[in-house]
Amino acid sequence: MTTASVTIDPAAPTRTPRRSKSDRRGIRSPYPSWFYIPAGVLYLIFFAIPTFSSFYFALTRWTLFSQTFIGFGNFVQFFQTPALTQGFVNTFIYGFVTSAAKVVIGLALALLLTGATFGRGYLRAVVFFPVLVSTVGVGLTFKALLNPFHGVVNQVLGFFHLPQPGWYTDPHLALLTVAGVDIWKGVGIATLIFMAGIVAIPSEYFEAARVDGAGSWNVFRNITLPLARPAMATVIILSLIGRLRSFDLIWAMTNGGPGFSSDVIASVIYKQYQAGFFGLSTAGNVILFLVVTAIMLPVQWFLNRREAEL
Amino acid sequence: MKFSPLRRALVATASVAAVALTLAGCSGFGSTGGNSGAKVTITYLTGNDAADTAQGKALIAGFEKKYPNVHVKMDTQPTGTQGDNLMKTKLSTKTMDNVFHYNSGSLFQALNPKTSMVDLSGESWVSDLDKNFKQVVSVDGKIYGAPLGTGSAGGILYNKKIYQQLGLSIPTTWDEFIANSKKIQSSDPSVTPILQSFGDTWTSQLLVLGDFANINKQDPNWAKNYTNNTGGAKYVNQPAFEGFQHTAEIVADGLVNKDYASMTNAQAMDALATGKAAQYPMLTSAMATVQQDEPDKINDIGVFPIPSPDAKYTSLTLWEPNALYIASTTTGDKLQAAKNFVAFANSPQGCTIQNQTGAAAGPYATSACKLPSNAPDFIKDVQNYIKEDKASPALEFLSPIKGPNLETILIAVGSQSTTATVGAQQYDQDVKAQAQQLGIKGW
Repeated sequence: MTTASVTIDPAAPTRTPRRSKSDRRGIRSPYPSWFYIPAGVLYLIFFAIPTFSSFYFALTRWTLFSQTFIGFGNFVQFFQTPALTQGFVNTFIYGFVTSAAKVVIGLALALLLTGATFGRGYLRAVVFFPVLVSTVGVGLTFKALLNPFHGVVNQVLGFFHLPQPGWYTDPHLALLTVAGVDIWKGVGIATLIFMAGIVAIPSEYFEAARVDGAGSWNVFRNITLPLARPAMATVIILSLIGRLRSFDLIWAMTNGGPGFSSDVIASVIYKQYQAGFFGLSTAGNVILFLVVTAIMLPVQWFLNRREAEL
Repeated sequence: MKFSPLRRALVATASVAAVALTLAGCSGFGSTGGNSGAKVTITYLTGNDAADTAQGKALIAGFEKKYPNVHVKMDTQPTGTQGDNLMKTKLSTKTMDNVFHYNSGSLFQALNPKTSMVDLSGESWVSDLDKNFKQVVSVDGKIYGAPLGTGSAGGILYNKKIYQQLGLSIPTTWDEFIANSKKIQSSDPSVTPILQSFGDTWTSQLLVLGDFANINKQDPNWAKNYTNNTGGAKYVNQPAFEGFQHTAEIVADGLVNKDYASMTNAQAMDALATGKAAQYPMLTSAMATVQQDEPDKINDIGVFPIPSPDAKYTSLTLWEPNALYIASTTTGDKLQAAKNFVAFANSPQGCTIQNQTGAAAGPYATSACKLPSNAPDFIKDVQNYIKEDKASPALEFLSPIKGPNLETILIAVGSQSTTATVGAQQYDQDVKAQAQQLGIKGW
């Protein structure tokens, strides 16, 4: 410590002018720059190093005890994984179905809850509540409710002599059931973002439109919808990124089953990791990273461009 | 006082380093404990199911009575694929319990025993071990595990009362088995001919894994060829393909329970014991559920081998017991205490505890333990097949390779979302991935 201060002190005056130069460029910050170090160290240790080492481990056969360099063998093998195509298709179905539903339902709820509704505060809390509950807890609860034989839902359906589908045991239905639960759980956050977007619209616009004789539909179509577009972009981007990588709810409810019928890329990768194929699952994660980036960059560009045009 | 940016950076780095050193110092103190004479604490890891925890608690109670200055702390974790992953992670990060309870055979091989476990070849109980069992806990001639519990068999568990009422005889070919099942269905549609229970995913594998004794009888070199990737020993080819075919066939013929997709193993055992169902491809170790829930019905259930298409090959597939292992991170007094714990489990006292708590499902793998005289009848069925030389070990005890996705693939086949052929192809691919991961020559 002492040696450090002795050697460094003389350097201090020579550094000062450079700092004032940067002040002139207008990037002066109220905090000293070494405040960045704790966050920087954490970022380096927990994000940058793992991310870049994963690009290396993706090229190895890795047992945690030892690794062998095998070039692109893992990538070749990853694309031969049973039912991988189905995993990709399911990922897109899951991502787009849940995002679209959250936009539609979230917007509808936001309109309802920003209007003069009876019990508005209570209803806002109710809509947001599922967001606060643990995803795994939600998954297990719905698994019990939707049990094809002993679940409450099917018993009620049976009471009214309606068909009792095998919600998560029917291979054709399992993915959509999980998507439905995901929408129930995630729509609160979409509603919240839409509400913020709608409340931020200046009330003069609505008043002017009403004076011009616009009905509710016209107000919604020509004022609320276009001006809530930034909120919509946020909802779509957040939901789509989240769902393309998502895994927790699917794992809690179906483990990707029955068979491979509700597998998404993330659960395929997790199963490989679970089997001890560490190199292979790392390669899968690199591919997932590339796929999510390849989808999200154009989507984000498209949504932001539309926003700029307004 | 003003700091230059560089100096500020150095000060910050130094303080981070100081904190890190302090933390390292703390953990250093923690590991130097256990003077001789003081009380030694070791940890024991077992499965989190009711049977394993009950057995673990009883063993610890007995052991602590005999060795009063050793305290054993029990930890539990899930079994199945999640447990496999936890085992590997704990061993490779050196956070494994001192003693742990795990499968023998291919799952044991996947843990890299040479570096992760303590060699137990010199222990006194080794001389009592059955020679087949020694093989499934050994690497390069060194023994790493001691048996806990009995072996079991994988075959068709059946309700003897239903068989008696309908005058059915034990099938020796697959066609006879299907004919029996159809007879059961036509005589009383409320009785399920064959149970499947994909609510517990591992149960989907029985018609493939339990068929291995039949394959082995037809081609005694199959396991060797399968391991070395030679001679067309693949699941897409016969005889191994028959297991996939059978899994698809029983569903296509409408012989399984309607709720097969969600039924659990325990529910299926209950249905079998109470006569709501007649037959269930299952391991005899699942009989523990019946012993627990309906002990008076235990002798209503018997077991026969999964029938081969040809009667002369039909034989029963056997599973070796699980074993106790010691992690290589265990040293000093703890190592001695851990070895004593393992030896205690295989002593006469330990055997008594095993008989009282873990339900016997087949023969013991050590001559130190004897089955109780009131052992249920199904164990006699198993012993008869062994005596008649109509039984042999499962593939996982003859080859280190078992593909991790077998249960998922078989659920897809067994719920008709994949054909038997595609399922077998997928599994061959899965086996290849595992063989490469294990670094086996020829793949």
